[in-house]
Amino acid sequence: MKQFIARRIGYSLLSLLLLSLTIFLFIRLTGDPASLLAEPGASAADIAAIQKKFGLDQPVWYQYIYFMGNLLRGDLGESFYYQTPVLELYLSRLPNSLLLASVAMSFSLLLGIPTGILAAVRVGRFWDTVGKFFALLGLSLPSFLVGLLLILFFSVYLEWLPSSGSGGFLNLLMPAFALGWYFAAAHMRLTRSSMLEVMGSEYIKLARLKGLPEFKVIAKHAFKNALIPVMTLAGINLINMINVAVVVETVFAWPGIGRLLYEGISFRDFPIVQGVVIIGGSMIVAVNLLVDIVYAFVDPRIRLEA
Amino acid sequence: MLNSTRNSASSDVMPPLLELRNLSTHYVSASGSRVVRAVDDVSLTLHAGDTVGIVGESGSGKSSLALTLLRVLPPAGRIVSGQMLLDGDDLVPKPENEMRRIRGKKIGMILQDPMASLNPLFTIGDQVGEPLREHEGASRSSAWKRAIGLLKSVRIPSPETRVTQYPHEMSGGMRQRIVGAIGISCEPRLLIADEPTTSLDLTIQLQYLNLLRDLQKEHNLGLIFITHNLGIVAKMCNFLAVMYAGKMVESGPVSQVFNNPAHPYTEALLSSIPRMTENRRRLTAIEGQPPDMSNLPPGCAFAARCPRAFDRCRTEEPPVFTPAPGQTARCWLVAPESRATGAVS
Repeated sequence: MKQFIARRIGYSLLSLLLLSLTIFLFIRLTGDPASLLAEPGASAADIAAIQKKFGLDQPVWYQYIYFMGNLLRGDLGESFYYQTPVLELYLSRLPNSLLLASVAMSFSLLLGIPTGILAAVRVGRFWDTVGKFFALLGLSLPSFLVGLLLILFFSVYLEWLPSSGSGGFLNLLMPAFALGWYFAAAHMRLTRSSMLEVMGSEYIKLARLKGLPEFKVIAKHAFKNALIPVMTLAGINLINMINVAVVVETVFAWPGIGRLLYEGISFRDFPIVQGVVIIGGSMIVAVNLLVDIVYAFVDPRIRLEA
Repeated sequence: MLNSTRNSASSDVMPPLLELRNLSTHYVSASGSRVVRAVDDVSLTLHAGDTVGIVGESGSGKSSLALTLLRVLPPAGRIVSGQMLLDGDDLVPKPENEMRRIRGKKIGMILQDPMASLNPLFTIGDQVGEPLREHEGASRSSAWKRAIGLLKSVRIPSPETRVTQYPHEMSGGMRQRIVGAIGISCEPRLLIADEPTTSLDLTIQLQYLNLLRDLQKEHNLGLIFITHNLGIVAKMCNFLAVMYAGKMVESGPVSQVFNNPAHPYTEALLSSIPRMTENRRRLTAIEGQPPDMSNLPPGCAFAARCPRAFDRCRTEEPPVFTPAPGQTARCWLVAPESRATGAVS
């Protein structure tokens, strides 16, 4: 078991190292940030001065080692554009991202779990088909398209909801829907399959044999059991939501981490992009590591595989 | 097995506890093209205090018969004809909400797999008391108290602490006794036990069978015991019904059927029991495979495996004959005309 955990941690660190290297190199392919930071028509000497200020005149391998050295001390560097530490920027945007992710998660669970149960109880019938169609759309429609259609419909035609920005509860509705639909579909499908498995179990048969009404059989005996895997997935997805909201936050101009990343990319603000990607990547790697370890504790077969 | 010769005077006055008349249950595939006659024209009578053993190979329709009795068939299953009279009251046409008040209340059932039949997320007390709360409107605390009493009656040690525990904290034998406690919680008239001991080891099996028998005597239950173990039938039952391919091919008092089996299938089943006294005899197995239930041959379903089959068996289905008083068999060998032409005068 110790060996298993050690190996998993090793793999996780390797993933993060590769992630940092990849993002470090790829962001440098977007071009020279100095040309964006300097005033239009700035002289070559001015640009060279800016490059020198941010250490961009050094060879790339040197920049990387310098960056990694700082990273190990917990320093993600300073934004070129805002001139503030990346971590500070990140933490100032995090509450907005958490708010959006929580609302999107609540929405995805409130929609996904009941429809999943309905689809399982009415398997192969009308509501199952409706649910499958809804899930297919949610899983396959890109969120920018959903976002734009929402804006078109609710902001432009109906003028019910603000098209962008933050501040009020109404501002949250469309981004939460655009972000949550995919996850609602995923939660619906897992609830459905988990529910179907539970409904075929012997204890459900026994609950029926006790003479319980079907509603109690489902609500008491099946629901709680079917929920366990859904809650596991939802926990992992909450982390994912914070990190994959780039497109949705950009479409709705929601000032979260996703939007910070987008700004970083468009300004060639290397430290921001590197910082956001590495923090997000670490969260996802950490959650996966945790899940792997918990599963290994629960299921001895997984330990053997390692 | 002397008690199998019942007091016939009282059974004439009182309707039997359970009477099945020509009961048939079919499973129909979604397209309607495949029909499996899982229970086919089954008739059976059971009195309070009696135990009927239903035996047969896997897929012979034993469990489908049990599910039919409680009307908890899977979606593809339909009761297509016949009657099920419980105390003279037919269960087949009953609406679902009335049927629900019979399940767990008048008819209890014990499922095969004790490890899987308890819900892992609820306490034993909750699960044992649940039928009481549902059928008798018992309060949470009184259901809990009665659950303790029920655990005591199925001989679970220190029931006061056991009620607060979860299924994973119990052994298999203990869990099956708990399932038994659930089965008898509302003092049903009829208890159906579907191979309740198959997953228990032998010493626990014996304990469990003794427990069931004691409970039956105590509550004067009608007991339907589904099994493939004829040894258990001999120990537990006073009446035996043998199923093959959905049909009840032979039935009668246990001692009579064991001594004079009328159907070659019953005979074959009996000769496949190992006996301590005849250790030199080779154990006989029944040749061939059970038939494809969705595509049964014409005539008798057992004809292809029957050592004594003749032409008529392969073309014409045998009706129910009465080879001896109280005994029935679906076999041409015991038809009055075959016996007349044979040695029997």
